[in-house]
Amino acid sequence: MTVVAQHVSATQFRTAGSVYEQAQASPEFQALRRRLRRFVFPMSALFLVWYLAYVLLASYARPFMAIKLVGNFNVGLALGLLQFVSTFVITTLYVRFARRAVDPAAAEIRRRMGLR
Amino acid sequence: MNAVGNVHVNVGIFLAFVVVTLVVVYRTARGNRTASDYYAAGRAFTGGQNGVAIAGDYLSAASFLGIAGAIALNGYDGFLYSIGFLVAWLVALLLVAELLRNTGKFTIGDVLAFRMRQRPVRAASAVSTLVVSLFYLLAQMAGAGGLVALLLQVPAEDKLGQGVVIAVVGAVMIVYVLVGGMKGTTYVQIIKAVLLLLAAGVLTTWVLGYVGFDLSGLLGQAAAASDKGERVLAPGLQYLNPLDFVSLALALVLGTAGLPHILMRFYTVPTATEARRSVVWAIWLIGLFYLFTLVLGYGAGALLPPGTITPANQNNAAPLLAYALGGELMLGLISAVAFATILAVVAGLTITASASFAHDVYATIIKRGQASPRSEVRVARLTALVVGMLAVAGGIVANGQNVAFLVALAFAVAASANLPTILYSLFWRRFNTTGALFSIYGGLAACLVLIVFSPAVSGKPTSMIKGVDFHWFPLDNPGIVAIPLSFLLGAVGTWIGGRRPVDPYAEHALHAAMEVRALTGAGAEPS
Repeated sequence: MTVVAQHVSATQFRTAGSVYEQAQASPEFQALRRRLRRFVFPMSALFLVWYLAYVLLASYARPFMAIKLVGNFNVGLALGLLQFVSTFVITTLYVRFARRAVDPAAAEIRRRMGLR
Repeated sequence: MNAVGNVHVNVGIFLAFVVVTLVVVYRTARGNRTASDYYAAGRAFTGGQNGVAIAGDYLSAASFLGIAGAIALNGYDGFLYSIGFLVAWLVALLLVAELLRNTGKFTIGDVLAFRMRQRPVRAASAVSTLVVSLFYLLAQMAGAGGLVALLLQVPAEDKLGQGVVIAVVGAVMIVYVLVGGMKGTTYVQIIKAVLLLLAAGVLTTWVLGYVGFDLSGLLGQAAAASDKGERVLAPGLQYLNPLDFVSLALALVLGTAGLPHILMRFYTVPTATEARRSVVWAIWLIGLFYLFTLVLGYGAGALLPPGTITPANQNNAAPLLAYALGGELMLGLISAVAFATILAVVAGLTITASASFAHDVYATIIKRGQASPRSEVRVARLTALVVGMLAVAGGIVANGQNVAFLVALAFAVAASANLPTILYSLFWRRFNTTGALFSIYGGLAACLVLIVFSPAVSGKPTSMIKGVDFHWFPLDNPGIVAIPLSFLLGAVGTWIGGRRPVDPYAEHALHAAMEVRALTGAGAEPS
């Protein structure tokens, strides 16, 4: 909190409030927040629904999970391994998104605020 | 599991680990002066290093021995655990890690109390941190008894002998934390994670080589060797009540991003970008490890003589497999790594609990923010000593108990007491102090009450307390009730508290500071 206090007091409450309030009200920040939320909220909903679907199948559709696909591999193992795959894929997608759409915008806002 | 392996080999390898880690801890401890050094390792670790350390913190003995054993015994249902433990990391990656690193300083209390009234919210956060850490600690220490029996061949009947060994383990752990602080503890986690992944990787390759890299054939052998036959390849053997499993699955997937000892690791890196990188490393390493345990579990089922793995010794499936494949040396390696695992995880938990007490309770609540960093670190070290001794005492008392539910309880408490408040305070502007207190205390109380009156504690042959039955809640895990309830209570509390706003201008300024800081890193704790 000390760092916040310093910066807030240095540019304390001009007409439009603290540096943070000015930054928060800026169109650049609003756009950054909108972009971030538009990615992470749907993505979170997606993987949670997909995980819950898997859990429900494993709990209530056990004969379905036991259907053999290739050799001794059944639907349950395939869906379980797909949970690994989807986790790795979403991780990679998010890293690419953040590098492209978050990091430069965040750095620009920091620069304008005169912080780092 | 009597008379298998060579005690001298086991002890020798384990002692080598202890000596190496103690030297590393001692050497890195120089210059450990400020509070930032003690709590956050001076924020000097890279994302990669921290990611490996997170894997070290996360892959507990329960992950390694428990999951491999559960797959060996019950097949597919053991695998379900791994999937929950892995997918949970997406919550941390997408919603929590970077914002938390930017907003906080040393504890989750820093984030939860950022724009709230400091003292009540920090007190609540410290209470839930201590409860989660203690449950997790107890589970780890109680599991140590079984490993002692394996590693040193001290039989389960010799409670005194096992107690002495648990106390020695606790003492080594306390030295790590007191001497090394967060930096030393992090290096212990890194060394342990590398050893664990290497050992599991070598054993997995060995199993696969043994069956000619024919995974389908391995599954077939496992089914043929089990008295349950083909049923080990599909879900349904371990979790007989489907709703019970759904409840557990919720607690697993939402608990990880609320575990204080995991969240605290994000403060050891200099920036949010490095925090992101550490989660990415952790996800790949943890995912890889759980794929190993799948092969190890079915491998133990397939390659050990039928009937070797029983409910009583299922935690020894991986070590027994190691012995069958690689003899004394491999068994010694795997057992020592498993033991090192307990040691490292317990150290991580102890430093987290001590940080929360010193930073949230002592410095903010008792001293009202007037404590000097020196005295804060002194209190943290004292607390670590007390927590360590509590862990030893608890480990000796709980030795041999059915403690699997303690880990699940720690996850359920983390998911219901911590996660809703973390998400609300990061993403919901109107969330306020009353909402935070309702959610933390309500989630915590619901979890504890439901567990006490669950079949995990009384009323079943496998219950913790035998011979009495006072359960009325039908599920072993409270997640499916407690987690939604906590989210709901947070909203209700926010509505109640919001009817009389304290100071709208100050609230607006604090929210702006928190949001800008969280999303851009402006004003975040410097490296």
